[in-house]
Amino acid sequence: MLELHHIQKAFGDLRVLRDVNLKVDAGDVIAILGPSGSGKTTLLRCLNFLEHADQGELLFDGKQYDLAHISKKEIAAIRRKTGFVFQNYNLFLNKTALENVTEGLIVARKMPKAEAIAAGKRALDKVGLSDRYDYYPVQLSGGQQQRVAIARAIVTDPEIIYFDEPTSALDPELTGEVLSVMRDLANEGRTMLVVTHETGFARNVSNKVIFMENGVIVEEGDSQSFFANPKEARTRQFLQLVSGEDTV
Amino acid sequence: MLSELFSGRLWGILVDSFWKILLPGLTMTIPLTVIAFSIAMVIAIVVALVQFANIRILKQLARFYIWIARGTPLLVQLFVVFYGLPKIGLVLDPFPSAVIVFSLNEGAYSAEIIRAALESVPKGQLEAGYCVGMNYLQIIRRIILPQAMRTAFPPLSNSLIAMVKDTSLAANITVTEMFMVTQRIVARTYEPLALYIEVGLVYLLFSTVLTKLQSFGERKLNAHQKTEG
Repeated sequence: MLELHHIQKAFGDLRVLRDVNLKVDAGDVIAILGPSGSGKTTLLRCLNFLEHADQGELLFDGKQYDLAHISKKEIAAIRRKTGFVFQNYNLFLNKTALENVTEGLIVARKMPKAEAIAAGKRALDKVGLSDRYDYYPVQLSGGQQQRVAIARAIVTDPEIIYFDEPTSALDPELTGEVLSVMRDLANEGRTMLVVTHETGFARNVSNKVIFMENGVIVEEGDSQSFFANPKEARTRQFLQLVSGEDTV
Repeated sequence: MLSELFSGRLWGILVDSFWKILLPGLTMTIPLTVIAFSIAMVIAIVVALVQFANIRILKQLARFYIWIARGTPLLVQLFVVFYGLPKIGLVLDPFPSAVIVFSLNEGAYSAEIIRAALESVPKGQLEAGYCVGMNYLQIIRRIILPQAMRTAFPPLSNSLIAMVKDTSLAANITVTEMFMVTQRIVARTYEPLALYIEVGLVYLLFSTVLTKLQSFGERKLNAHQKTEG
């Protein structure tokens, strides 16, 4: 359902992505692992045009796009079919939890207000926040904010949801509630691309794992064999370093 | 002096002139401030937004306008418009002249306040807006500008209070506001000390009311934005 070919992105002289290729099937939950600076977050941001790739091709929703020459209209169309969850939540600070979730429906998709509110409440109920509709972001804990952000991402029923280190800004005791919501989504068959440091999530929830370093995909495979028999020496080294961080 | 103050004559002048000063305060100073400040806010938001959105030619125009409006004295601007423009056939009444000058002058200062407030809104707010499918204008109008205006509220209140006092300069272009009325009473009664203090107190009264309104407004704006306890 989504394919990437030869993605390249540089910030000045720094080549952050050098020829990344990726194939995502419907229902895939793919964890992207890698050390800081490996380009994994940039890859995700290029997929939703928060960064503009210098080169590459995207196949999505049956259409082919040249990432170097993509129009605003095409970007808007793609974004309407995707969800994005940020590391630091990025909830709209002047909106309540419910308004955060309905904003994209009412404003961007012109859904009737009553219908949007009903859908928004369903999404918040699903992430366990049925008692927090009218709370503002500053009144919520980090874990609750991230769950609102997930509700905001799923309320539009996107084809794919991108997660950019969704638990990295959270206190350890709050990561569990966010990861369990993500596991529910995975079990529903949602397609998810998750940049993460949580090897436990990668091992137990995702069906595929990608290991990135220096702007290239070093190794990819189904999560079972990825953790059981990593092929590349660099992958083994990395896994050894991060082992012991399992939380799920 | 003290005994003189409570002598019937000076006291009578002060009481009598209080209403004479307050009246133009209500009919001139306040309308001038309210009208000019409202126009200034519209100018300021537009001028701040074209800079924030980086619209090339408009941004340069905005910088030029701010450069002129902030770089020249308010009094000079009043004189140019009221005494200068008739030279080229543009004759304006005192009050509209004052409205034009005060709104253009204040618009420039407030534009800078609002621009700074816009830039203080975290970049992630814009990105999140894009990701839920909104376009740039929708995000500005519904997410970024409301947050920026909250940040800008205290400094803008400050500007409003400053403007109330600055309207006294309009006396120089024959607007019969509080200060001009006081000058006339002084000319008649020869009591400059008491009367200029009196008009100062009336300005203080106006500023105090605005200060109270400001803290009320800030509480209102922040009520649902702060964590409890």
